[in-house]
Amino acid sequence: MGINRRDFLKLAGLLGLGGKAAFELVLPGEVEAAVARTEATGTRWAVVVDMRKLTDKVAARCIEACHSLHNVPNYLEPPDPKLALSEDLKNRWQIKWIWTDVYEHAFVGFEQDHKWDKLQGMNFLLLCNHCDNPPCVRVCPTQATYRRPDGIVMMDMHRCIGCRFCMAGCPYAARSFNWRDPRPYIAKINPNYPTREIGVVEKCLLCEERLAQGQQPACVEASGGALIFGNLNEENSPVRAALRAHYTIRRKPYLGTNPQVYYIV
Amino acid sequence: MLENAFVGTRRYYTLLAVLATLSAVGFLVYLKQLSFGLGITGMSRDVSWGFYIAQFTYLVGVAASAVMVVLPYYLHDYKAFGRVTILGEFLAVAAVTMCLLFIIVDLGRPDRLFNVLKYPTPNSVLFWDMIVLNGYLFLNIVCGWMVLESERHQVPPPKWLKPLILLSIPWAPSIHTVTAFLYAGLPGRGYWLTAIMAPRFLSSAFAAGPALLILLALLVRRYTKFDPGREQIQTLAKIVTYAILVNVFFFFCELFTVFYSRIPEHMDHFYYLFYGLQGKGWLVPWMWFSIVGMCLAALLMVSPKIRQNETTLALTCGLIILTTYIDKGLGLISGGFVPNPLHQVNEYVPTVPEVIITLGVWATGFLILTILYKVAVSVKEEIQA
Ligand code: SF4
Ligand code: SF4
Ligand code: SF4
Repeated sequence: MGINRRDFLKLAGLLGLGGKAAFELVLPGEVEAAVARTEATGTRWAVVVDMRKLTDKVAARCIEACHSLHNVPNYLEPPDPKLALSEDLKNRWQIKWIWTDVYEHAFVGFEQDHKWDKLQGMNFLLLCNHCDNPPCVRVCPTQATYRRPDGIVMMDMHRCIGCRFCMAGCPYAARSFNWRDPRPYIAKINPNYPTREIGVVEKCLLCEERLAQGQQPACVEASGGALIFGNLNEENSPVRAALRAHYTIRRKPYLGTNPQVYYIV
Repeated sequence: MLENAFVGTRRYYTLLAVLATLSAVGFLVYLKQLSFGLGITGMSRDVSWGFYIAQFTYLVGVAASAVMVVLPYYLHDYKAFGRVTILGEFLAVAAVTMCLLFIIVDLGRPDRLFNVLKYPTPNSVLFWDMIVLNGYLFLNIVCGWMVLESERHQVPPPKWLKPLILLSIPWAPSIHTVTAFLYAGLPGRGYWLTAIMAPRFLSSAFAAGPALLILLALLVRRYTKFDPGREQIQTLAKIVTYAILVNVFFFFCELFTVFYSRIPEHMDHFYYLFYGLQGKGWLVPWMWFSIVGMCLAALLMVSPKIRQNETTLALTCGLIILTTYIDKGLGLISGGFVPNPLHQVNEYVPTVPEVIITLGVWATGFLILTILYKVAVSVKEEIQA
């Protein structure tokens, strides 16, 4: 799984990837410097995905943990076979808080021809990046999507008017819309978490309900160490340790959204 | 004045009945959409705006184009347009009403519409769009109605009206500019991320809107005793000519930047629309028809012979309305969402219920337009008599 660091550096050098134009290589210690520059107070949550440990099986476990906990409907394999949908509808209505897609899709704008055989086809785990400068928040006309001081990009699904401006604004396709009543498609409703109504947008909320109780996000817990979670402003946090020790990449950093999900490749 | 709306010929009532029926059918299907959700449309996770928002965008342009008759009359004292300003203003009223209806039918939660007012959010372009559209609607109703009223009593319009009329002039391009900004400021949507979006919107609007006005003026002349006037129509035709030429020019500016720079994130949307991408591209023939037709129409309009013959003028105007409609009403939204940010091609095709609701909104708009034009034309006929 993954490519080793020497190969990666060689390729990066070969391609002249010093700058941040098409692709950003977060060098070890770089985040340190950035954090030191901006007042290191309070909390700034972040996720690091260690692609060396992320097998398809682990990824499936993470997805299952998140979606069953948060009452995310399953249109692909409905709990009742009578509710089975056409391929077209499956595709259109799908709701994903966390999902996998291949490198070429996850890191559009950083295709590297045949030299990147190892990355091509590699399945990355994708979720909302809880961007520091989130376009979805900027465009929302009701502040139903807003940024919390700890960096979580939150949603108030009781305020959302379903205009879907945020979906047009998000450059990572991290948002889904309830094109219909999702409840019949939830295998087992978790009574401790709300279900959604027709006509609102939803996405990963970084398990804010679990964080409030001092727990780790569900996907992180289920990942067996492939996902690392923590506070970027805290020097000894596991995310800081991971970023100190490894090269990481982020999705479309050139858009200036400052995504807070890092990938160790 | 409104009483004029209730006395008319058989043909007038038949037209009203047809439009009312269509809008009622649309409303019934809309009730279905309310209970089931927007899943009855063809929109998807990837193409999250569709036909409704496209109609909205096109009609904002039609509404804005009223300025093309108001401006010459009030700022350049071009007297001939005094006869037709009311047609432009009432067309704007009907068009903005349709815009607002299209936004409402597109909302997932129309019951929460007023959250936009309850939690005003100036950083959202949609917030500003709502303000400028409602303001424009108000301005055109007041200005149109008051001017017509005073015309009927053969007195000059009240003094306080002048500032409102002057305000409505810059307000018109603002509605279409703000609408373009809905799209043009989104990172990661290469098709829309272009500074020429607003100018292109305006040029196509100032071609399509007056073209529609020409057709309406010809209809009014044929079916009523009021003649909007040959000179007026010819001046409108010149406006259409310049606007469509500028629009074609802007389109080629866009093409140059996109294809000479060869940045895939901008180029691939054009590939999808004009060649198809990853084997998909149902819009390809439409887009070619649109751009070739638009260039042809621009060339035809340049020829005075064709412009001055009202039959060929009407046909060319029809072509302009059709081609700009395909460009904005079909290509703009789909083209922006396909390929999606993960570079997958999931196409969008509107569904039958979606089209029926759309027709319903158009019918409602034309119902309003018919009634308003009836009132205006009756007043004009009265004065003539
Ligand atoms: S990934 Fe998308 S939804 Fe999440 S914060 Fe960034 S822009 Fe918003
Ligand atoms: S769909 Fe909801 S969350 Fe998204 S922009 Fe509209 S109101 Fe905001
Ligand atoms: S952080 Fe929580 S909500 Fe977000 S993807 Fe992981 S489990 Fe789901």
